[in-house]
Amino acid sequence: MASVHFLPGLTPTNTAPVQKSDDAAGFYVLGDKLVDPKAPTGPIAERWTTRKFENRLVNPANRRKLNIIIVGTGLAGGAAAATLGEAGYNVKVFCYQDSPRRAHSIAAQGGINAAKNYKEDGDSTYRLFYDTVKGGDYRARESNVYRLAEESANIIDQCVAQGVPFAREYGGLLDNRSFGGVQVSRTFYARGQTGQQLLLGAYQALERQVAEGTVEQFTRHEMLEVVVADGKARGIIARDMVTGAIETHIADVVVLATGGYGNVFYLSTNAMGSNVTASWRAHRKGAYMANPCYTQIHPTCIPVTGDHQSKLTLMSESLRNDGRVWVPKKAEDCEKDPRDIPEEDRDYFLERIYPAFGNLVPRDIASRAAKYMCDEGRGVGPTVKEVGPDGVERQVRRGVYLDLTDAIRRLGRDKVEEKYDNLLDMYARITGENPYEVPMRIYPAVHYVMGGLWVDYELQSSIPGLFVTGEANFSDHGANRLGASALMQGLADGYFVLPNTIRDYLADGPFEPIDESHPAVVEARESVQERIDKFLSINGSRSVESFHKELGTIMWEYCGMERTKEGLTRAIGLIRDLKKEFWSNVRVLGSGESLNQDLEKAGRVADFIELGELMCIDALNRRESCGGHFRGESQTEDGEALRHDDEFAYVAAWEWGGDDGAPVLHKEDLIYTAIEMKQRSYK
Amino acid sequence: MKLTLKIWRQENASAAGAMHTYELDGVSQDMSFLEMLDLLNEQLVTSGQEPVAFDSDCREGICGTCSLMINGEAHGPEVTTTCQLHMRSFTDGETITIEPWRADPFPVIKDLIVDRSAFDRIIQSGGYISANTGSAPEANSVPAPRDKAMRAFNAATCIGCGACVAACPNGSASLFMGAKITALGELPQGQPERYSRVVDMVSQHDAEGFGGCTNIGECTNACPKEIPLDVISQLNKDLRTAIAQGR
Ligand SMILES: Cc1cc2nc3c(=O)[nH]c(=O)nc-3n(C[C@H](O)[C@H](O)[C@H](O)COP(=O)(O)OP(=O)(O)OC[C@H]3O[C@@H](n4cnc5c(N)ncnc54)[C@H](O)[C@@H]3O)c2cc1C
Ligand code: SF4
Ligand code: FES
Repeated sequence: MASVHFLPGLTPTNTAPVQKSDDAAGFYVLGDKLVDPKAPTGPIAERWTTRKFENRLVNPANRRKLNIIIVGTGLAGGAAAATLGEAGYNVKVFCYQDSPRRAHSIAAQGGINAAKNYKEDGDSTYRLFYDTVKGGDYRARESNVYRLAEESANIIDQCVAQGVPFAREYGGLLDNRSFGGVQVSRTFYARGQTGQQLLLGAYQALERQVAEGTVEQFTRHEMLEVVVADGKARGIIARDMVTGAIETHIADVVVLATGGYGNVFYLSTNAMGSNVTASWRAHRKGAYMANPCYTQIHPTCIPVTGDHQSKLTLMSESLRNDGRVWVPKKAEDCEKDPRDIPEEDRDYFLERIYPAFGNLVPRDIASRAAKYMCDEGRGVGPTVKEVGPDGVERQVRRGVYLDLTDAIRRLGRDKVEEKYDNLLDMYARITGENPYEVPMRIYPAVHYVMGGLWVDYELQSSIPGLFVTGEANFSDHGANRLGASALMQGLADGYFVLPNTIRDYLADGPFEPIDESHPAVVEARESVQERIDKFLSINGSRSVESFHKELGTIMWEYCGMERTKEGLTRAIGLIRDLKKEFWSNVRVLGSGESLNQDLEKAGRVADFIELGELMCIDALNRRESCGGHFRGESQTEDGEALRHDDEFAYVAAWEWGGDDGAPVLHKEDLIYTAIEMKQRSYK
Repeated sequence: MKLTLKIWRQENASAAGAMHTYELDGVSQDMSFLEMLDLLNEQLVTSGQEPVAFDSDCREGICGTCSLMINGEAHGPEVTTTCQLHMRSFTDGETITIEPWRADPFPVIKDLIVDRSAFDRIIQSGGYISANTGSAPEANSVPAPRDKAMRAFNAATCIGCGACVAACPNGSASLFMGAKITALGELPQGQPERYSRVVDMVSQHDAEGFGGCTNIGECTNACPKEIPLDVISQLNKDLRTAIAQGR
């Protein structure tokens, strides 16, 4: 059995995968196998405790001499900056917004999981761990996930101490609810604004450190390059977005906490500025990009109504606790007012197909089911124009009902209002319809990416000294993220994991001082400047926005909810053409020496285009369906996702192959000892 | 819909600004206000003119980034953020005036973008609970009465957009500050620093150049999160107590 040498004394429950298919032949080069060099050993429940103890300490007097750069002030970056500042390190933190409080984490609605077992409904660290690994279709590392489950309880304690106003019961104790894919109530929430409240907690802790002088914050700064000197990450090149000044910041270690890249699809629930630039620049400098094709499509978003939309809006899936999802049984009813469709003519398809979980099935399953209903011609809402995989344009209805009528009858309108008020307001605001009276319409949209920069157990990327946390790394969710687990990961990484792992790295510091004349710095600065000059000089005829939109259409159509070999191959060709056109025909006006939003966007779209190609290659290689990755060629007789553990139970870590070369695939086998792989069934 | 847009254009903080007029056709009722501006910008770029700079990020009404005076009202005619304002609130043929927030502590950076970092500095002065990471007690060991937790939560929904300041004839940030003071002060965890917090935040507020509150109430009318005016009463009450205690 290969690749199990790092688990002495433990019996693996699976064998190492051997890939037989090779759909992406010609698009990539096979590299060496990858083994997580920091993977822990021993019984799973003791791995993290042991590691914390074994990692070296940094004496408080020395911490002041160590400089840490953190890019990103969302839950992952904000929490890490606050914690490391508090520990006495010298921290610089960067974000592109005008304030750390506006990081995209603020938009998270539903909640955060923690194995507190306050409800005595059988929850435990092990169960949260088990649910998360299974929910991720056994494509995550068990040690990482166990650690996450372990730290989850501490997160709640920490946030409550900071004053995060979680929902409470009458006695004053914390309340919980349940979330998609799970049968216990372990989700803590603050109405539909959990991310906001958690982020404000982290932000306030961060501002406290800014006042103390341990953290220096750089807002409206965009990181455009990482400095890799003598094999180690030693700093970043950032652009002051107000003055246009290109700045060099040197440190002993660099942390990327820059969030996800769902905006590669143009339409997503992500914030407008969410981007891949920081990760992609690091990727081009040697950081591996892992599982880039794993995208979470969220089932409960507000459907598209036309081609003017700049983004899609999520409706928290907590609504699925009370809302029932349905479409008309007969296609001819689709145009009718839903209130006029009698009970017997409604198809509550999730309850019908998945009686055990009903409306609470995991996101990938709920999303695909909704798509199939619409593909069958039973979608509701306005018709929209769509270009199908065959390249043909057609008019389709892309929406299913999410109906709160029963809940309002059962709980009363007041109770429903109290639980979901702001979500329902938002829905009414966007659609102009009243959700208390007419069933809401929902449709899946791109929401979260499970792929990201490859990191080892200590959250270090393949570039020494470059750590990656939160949504920007690939580590904890496998092929599918369950609800309420990203907030948990962001905060676990920021408050508890990174501070404990980074100190082992920093114990070797301070590192050899470097300055602005170091060749690595000069090279990085020059490449940033050249890129900016290039964007401003092309002076073509198409707006940056139009390229982004076109890329998004390709990605959604061919690398979205369902992928096929044919579609992905076609997409790669289309993206390559788009890239050529972008670099010869984009139009960016204005100058580099001032605030220039189109210039900012040009850099991000250029990186998205390269990422999009890699996502398609990764999806093409993985001829199996798992979690958020559904290959049409790999399904069971009744249309469910069919995994191939014997071939693909590995992390696909891609190395940059150069501008003209093919990417190099390194496989990290996933070997389980504490959990047995099973096919998922929610029926 | 067809619209006439009068928009404030200003190259940078030190340049003089002026209103510019643009005609825009093809606006859909279902567009958000910012998507309407996206459409304008697409047309400007195509015709070789620099797009209008404005701030936005989440476009879901939660990050507080978007910030426009629309026809003289902060975030426009509805009680919501600019990103959640939809064009169905306007009529075909209308002329719409669009300006940045106007308040001395919020200097214009470019076109419709202002600098709101004064808010961060107010938070730095004391808008937090000092809880070192890793030393927190078990969450349920300190129960919080539900009604107080609810009030704390409602106040905590402030998104820091600054509409209250932009709407206030005095340029006061009392609603923003009162929201934070109430959110933290209603919880048991917020008690130890309650009175030093209010003193520190108020003095930072004044140092930033925000004006004093004279209870006009424009702030709460403009607030997209409907933060009630009584958070300012709370602020004043806590401040009085702090002074009485000699802090
Ligand atoms: C609408 C919505 C609802 C969600 N609801 C939930 C939920 O209920 N529960 C849950 O668990 N998860 C939820 N998620 C997912 C979760 O919110 C995110 O995965 C998580 O918040 C990501 O946090 P982060 O700290 O990794 O990154 P982010 O919060 O995205 O922060 C990224 C940071 O990086 C900075 N940055 C990025 N690039 C650069 C650059 N080049 N230079 C400088 N700075 C840069 C940004 O300024 C920002 O500060 C939701 C997501 C969305 C979109
Ligand atoms: S109080 Fe209201 S208007 Fe003022 S910053 Fe907060 S949300 Fe905006
Ligand atoms: S863009 Fe976030 S509140 Fe408007």
